[in-house]
Amino acid sequence: MTRYIVRRLLLMIPVLICVTFVVYFLMDLAPGDVISQLAPADATPQQIEMLREEYGLNGTIIERYGRYLWRLLHGDMGTSFFLKRPVFSVFLERLPNTLMLAFASILVAILISLPLGIAAATHHRSWLDGFSVVLSMLSVSMPAFWLGLLLIFIFSLHWKIFPSGGSEGLKYLILPALTLGTEQAGNLTRITRSSMLDVIHQDYLRTARAKGVSEKKVIRHHALRNALIPIITVLGSTLGNAFGGAVAIETVFAWNGIGRLTVMAINNRDMTLATGCIFMFTLMLNMTLLVVDIAYAYVDPRVKARYSK
Amino acid sequence: MEKELILEIKDLVVRFETADGVVHAVNGLDLKIEKGRSIGLVGETGAGKTTTALSMLRLVPDPPGVVECEKLELSGRDVLSMSVSELEEVRGKDISMIFQDPMTALNPVFTVGEQIAESIQIHEKVSSQEAEKRAKEMLELVGIPGERAGEYPHQFSGGMKQRVVIAIALACHPKLLIADEPTTALDVTIQAQVLDLMRRLKEQYETSLIMITHDLGIVAEICDDVAVMYAGKIIEIGTLRDIFNKAKHPYTEGLFNSIPNIHDRKAKLTPIQGLMPDPTNLPEGCAFEPRCPYACEGCKKEQALLQISDTHFVRCSRYLEEGFHIERKEKE
Ligand SMILES: Nc1ncnc2c1ncn2[C@@H]1O[C@H](COP(=O)(O)OP(=O)(O)OP(=O)(O)O)[C@@H](O)[C@H]1O
Ligand SMILES: [Mg+2]
Repeated sequence: MTRYIVRRLLLMIPVLICVTFVVYFLMDLAPGDVISQLAPADATPQQIEMLREEYGLNGTIIERYGRYLWRLLHGDMGTSFFLKRPVFSVFLERLPNTLMLAFASILVAILISLPLGIAAATHHRSWLDGFSVVLSMLSVSMPAFWLGLLLIFIFSLHWKIFPSGGSEGLKYLILPALTLGTEQAGNLTRITRSSMLDVIHQDYLRTARAKGVSEKKVIRHHALRNALIPIITVLGSTLGNAFGGAVAIETVFAWNGIGRLTVMAINNRDMTLATGCIFMFTLMLNMTLLVVDIAYAYVDPRVKARYSK
Repeated sequence: MEKELILEIKDLVVRFETADGVVHAVNGLDLKIEKGRSIGLVGETGAGKTTTALSMLRLVPDPPGVVECEKLELSGRDVLSMSVSELEEVRGKDISMIFQDPMTALNPVFTVGEQIAESIQIHEKVSSQEAEKRAKEMLELVGIPGERAGEYPHQFSGGMKQRVVIAIALACHPKLLIADEPTTALDVTIQAQVLDLMRRLKEQYETSLIMITHDLGIVAEICDDVAVMYAGKIIEIGTLRDIFNKAKHPYTEGLFNSIPNIHDRKAKLTPIQGLMPDPTNLPEGCAFEPRCPYACEGCKKEQALLQISDTHFVRCSRYLEEGFHIERKEKE
């Protein structure tokens, strides 16, 4: 198992380098330049050249990227041009907000999906089942930002229950978490339902019933434990989506997380900050997927046996 | 004096209402089993043996299964009117079942020890340590070292899985054990051990046994009575001696003719011609009539169970005729 984890961690390195490469070059291709925004309007070409050197923006793109990567490999993510602070500390400052939103939305998604998916499977072809199918289709096909705007309209503008934006506390968390959570719930409900349906006709459930195990326990203990494997996979990508979806949702709700920070960095052509943020996003996502893979081993003894070889 | 009845079924009907039509799996089955006796339920594939057994546990999948029954009593208690929690108490404790396919009968994500202990913990108020200890004892009883209780089903061979399934079924010393082809996955020596185990259990706890099997050899070894099933009906029932030496029904005759005879190895094997009738479209009269060498016009009508002796019954109207007999010789 340890060997497996180490191998996975090593495999992340090329992935992360590729990501920084792509982001760095795309940022460079985009029109506009951070120097022209930072330099005073009447700056001479020499002054601009000096500024470039100061920010490490002189030379060809390859040279610049090379310098960036070299520092990154030494654990230095550079300094944000705009905020004039180390990228990593800015990132750390915003991280709790994003994590809070991601986990709150996952919680919302789980609280909706697991009961609904299980009930849909155990009442296959009933109205509840139909309801779950329609609901998950709706939630998958609805863009998150649109749902967010709808919720703002209903709950902030119309009923004035929750604030429309900001990140000052729990009250501000509810609407964005609800938006992101419902967005994820569709996929998760669908997969819960279908993997429960796969399991529910298995012979071993009949064995359990024949032992006198109660129906409730047959479903929650014997069936769910087996259905959990595909559910966990989706849960992992759901967490990924929650990070990704945060970019749009944090902007819609003015939630001060990394998503919003990234959007701001891109708009300002803040090369180091944007690349750094996306680098960290990728790292978090990969770590999540690794945790998911490790979680399999705990759920399914057959997978565990494979790792130990 | 009549012994205590452990099981009584009257007019059991089970059908599966599927998209392709209604499968008539069991069509009016009566069965009585006395305490401590064992009965072999034989018949070819699709005869409705497993479905009959599941009906006794009230575990026929619904949908698509529809079960109708006039009477279903387990040691005098009416199973049909039991509540869900009463049923849960009965399952695994009073009546338990060894399932046909050991490869799929065990839950892949729990250790075999856990799966045996679960049954013990449900029915006997014991601590989890005690249940675990008892689970290990059960494993050893079926010939698997107790230390392997912590392993998962995928670490076991087919035969060992089958023995675990048996251990689960035996864990709470049921009054009635239904064994659905319990030895098909086992090699001969293990098979003998398992049969021996069941025989011991029968003697020790006076467990009644329903042995579902294709193998007439196993029936001869362990059963007191035999019921022959065809297309959801019992077509002949009697003691072991009645069926093995004085078989009456042409189908039973066919069954015996299609297995090798140790005493007469030169005898030709004659498999029964034709196939089981389509269970979605059963003939009105005797379901065996289309394949039966003795069939006549009267067989196209509903057949009643005729009494041959105190213990022996056959569902074949030709025995109403004076002097009718099948070719198979009676042995004494
Ligand atoms: N869940 C189900 N849905 C639809 N039809 C079923 C179902 N279970 C059983 N049947 C049908 O009922 C009939 C009896 O099946 P059953 O499993 O009782 O036969 P069996 O005598 O146990 O056969 P085998 O010796 O192969 O185990 C078969 O025609 C089968 O196709
Ligand atoms: Mg069967």
